[in-house]
Amino acid sequence: MQLAKVVGNVVASQKDTSLEGLKLLLVRGVDEGGRESGAFLVAADAVGAGPEEIVLIASGSSARQTHATDKRPVDAVVMAIVDSWSVEGVVKYKK
Amino acid sequence: MLLGRVIGAVVPCVVCEGLDGTPMLLVQPLDMAGSPKGRTVVAADSTRMAGPGEIVYYESGREAALALEPAFVPVDHAIVGIVDGLHVPGREPAP
Amino acid sequence: MILGRVAGAIHSTINHPFYNARKLLVVEKIDPEGLPAGDYLIAVDVVGAGVGERVLVLDEGNGARQVLSSSDGPVRSVVVGIIDHVELTRQAS
Repeated sequence: MQLAKVVGNVVASQKDTSLEGLKLLLVRGVDEGGRESGAFLVAADAVGAGPEEIVLIASGSSARQTHATDKRPVDAVVMAIVDSWSVEGVVKYKK
Repeated sequence: MLLGRVIGAVVPCVVCEGLDGTPMLLVQPLDMAGSPKGRTVVAADSTRMAGPGEIVYYESGREAALALEPAFVPVDHAIVGIVDGLHVPGREPAP
Repeated sequence: MILGRVAGAIHSTINHPFYNARKLLVVEKIDPEGLPAGDYLIAVDVVGAGVGERVLVLDEGNGARQVLSSSDGPVRSVVVGIIDHVELTRQAS
């Protein structure tokens, strides 16, 4: 998984029917220091994440292993909302 | 599978069904000599025993989820073992 | 399958039960000429390969589980052969 921040929503009214009802979030990876870095990614939401929250993203076929994304054409899913994390014993982020 | 070093822990407040209580650790991927290589990842710890500083081996992709119980979970990296000894002649990690 | 050279071994006592008593090798990926390709992986050994030997590595989950007679093991990479030699029909670029 990777740490990411929810930076927006993606709305698509014309899409494959198997994507209907799925909430799509725009996220951007954050490094272990909490800095936004890397590419933007569109991920399906399986946990009800909100704007600016730090989340965990699972990618690849693993992303389809939730009730929300089962058998849907999805390659990234928000599967956790992060409360805090620490590196070498030092808290780097606290919600 | 690849080698990694546990550098921290992530505490989620909301997780997908099936992942309650599964330890989520920050892992720095290593090359085969034990030097850091690439971006940190968050891995589910199927051993439930890995601690800070330890060298572990982890599976990635869909197979990672198979290390967990239940296996229908959106997990793309999972620690499956803790390294006691790494013997790579000519490429011993720096002490 | 991919070409590799056994670079070393891993010993582990705390692991997922699937890996109990399985031999794990550190395999450096190589090109057809035998030169390091700059990457490696850790694979289960089923052929008794030793350090320095060139090997064939299966790097796909379903096939790996079939070789290891498991329906649900968390595994993807298995050393399935020791290479005698690679014949190139043309010069590698």
